[in-house]
Amino acid sequence: MSKKNYKLEARNLNAFYGSFQALKDINIAMEEKAVTAFIGPSGCGKSTFLRTLNRMNDYIDGFRIEGDILLDGNDIYTKEVRVDELRKEVGMVFQKPNPFPKTVFENVVYGLKIQGIKDKKILTETAETSLRKTALWDEVKDKLDKSALALSGGQQQRLCIARALAISPSVILMDEPTSALDPISTAKIEELIYELKKDYTIVIVTHNMQQAGRVSDQTAFFYMGELIEFSKTKTMFTSPKHERTQNYITGRFG
Amino acid sequence: MTNGEKNRLKDKAFQVFGVFCTFIGLVVLAIFLIDIIMEGASRIDWDFLTSLPSRRASRAGIYTAWVGTLWILILTSVIAFPLGIAAGVYLEEYSKRTKMANFLEINIANLAGVPSIIYGLLGMEMFGRVMGLGGSLLAGALTLSLLILPIIIVTTREAIKAVPRSIRDASYALGASKWQTTWNQVLPASFGGIMTGIILSLSRAVGEAAPLIVIGALAYVPFVPTSPTDEFTVLPIQIFNWTSRPQADFLVNAAAAIIILLLITFILNGIAVYLRNKWQKRVKW
Repeated sequence: MSKKNYKLEARNLNAFYGSFQALKDINIAMEEKAVTAFIGPSGCGKSTFLRTLNRMNDYIDGFRIEGDILLDGNDIYTKEVRVDELRKEVGMVFQKPNPFPKTVFENVVYGLKIQGIKDKKILTETAETSLRKTALWDEVKDKLDKSALALSGGQQQRLCIARALAISPSVILMDEPTSALDPISTAKIEELIYELKKDYTIVIVTHNMQQAGRVSDQTAFFYMGELIEFSKTKTMFTSPKHERTQNYITGRFG
Repeated sequence: MTNGEKNRLKDKAFQVFGVFCTFIGLVVLAIFLIDIIMEGASRIDWDFLTSLPSRRASRAGIYTAWVGTLWILILTSVIAFPLGIAAGVYLEEYSKRTKMANFLEINIANLAGVPSIIYGLLGMEMFGRVMGLGGSLLAGALTLSLLILPIIIVTTREAIKAVPRSIRDASYALGASKWQTTWNQVLPASFGGIMTGIILSLSRAVGEAAPLIVIGALAYVPFVPTSPTDEFTVLPIQIFNWTSRPQADFLVNAAAAIIILLLITFILNGIAVYLRNKWQKRVKW
């Protein structure tokens, strides 16, 4: 269908919670090593869509989808796809920092350990590389065996990003990653996203228009389960095609 | 008197009433304890703990009874804990919200309220007769396991429920399976709650006499049980037996045995409180 190779694609995607339709006929294609922002008012389906990209909705009773989601051109909802393998490829960071009640080190290497990797050297090296990538290494290198819950909120969130990076995914999904953080921590995460897009494809859900404008290359505007507009971020913020988009990004509703 | 004064007076009156209610329970318990200790404490010595039962009150001891109680404790733990925790984990983490699940849930809660003697009858028939275990330790432990299973299942579920969704999400998002998430995150985080529940359920099991009498545990066992298939007695049965004797000396024996039984339950409850505090401090969100 497409000449270009997209990293992530949704084709005619419909999603339901029981009889409620949360997503309506979504078609979207996201480029590799770029940041895509999902914006839209609460309940518009953007988080639901984000969570279909690594099948985090699988455990919700009554949730089902129709249509296809393609990762590197392969449908991720076929029977052959193992969810744990998919999630190694598509990492996720959540709204509220959610480190495990374990040490900083144990947090970072959790993903490796559950894959059965026990080699101390590999674990230590991966922990350091991942923490360096999130600019956390200097702050926590002396606290690796301290509880992750003792870190500040911003540090915890960067730890959660490091934890996601440790299993070397190619895509990182971020569900409002800074909504629980102070402005300085938020700025650090935004810088980090900028750095990370050199190596990773990033999809970020945000309620913060400025954030979407700052960090993303393309933006998708969702409303009532529909994808209203999808374009280059610059284009969307300067000359949106739809009136609804215009109203939302200028803060007239939402 | 103004309305304000009336309200303050009512407030005060309720406070006094509340204090009174709180203390009634404690005072009765204290009187009971003091009475028991005054009567029995002097009877407790090494011989009392290491003597076999006897027709003569002064020579009778609780050796067989506390060894039996210990056996029952250990066997019941081994049987009931894995079953109860596994069932709790299944119901909370795995089972879908179906009508069947709701039905199971309601009935497990109901089972926790069934009188213990009914479990005794069930145990006698099922373990004693059908499985041919008679009045053995194993039959007793199986019966008590049934008795405390609902409590363990319910407390396990409560403890697991208290683990935030976000921890499970984090684990799943890193590619963990349901089992890995349960084993590595959910169970450790709820360990304190689960332990508290099962220890409290054990201390209930330790105090039970009725179901064990029904399955045929004996009051007079002139030997110490050495295997799960041996016949046995436990402290509550020994106490029951002694209190029904006419001789006053046996009542002193009973008081002494009650002190030992209370000690065991206090220790168990103490461990439960300790674990709860320790794990609550470690895990905070």
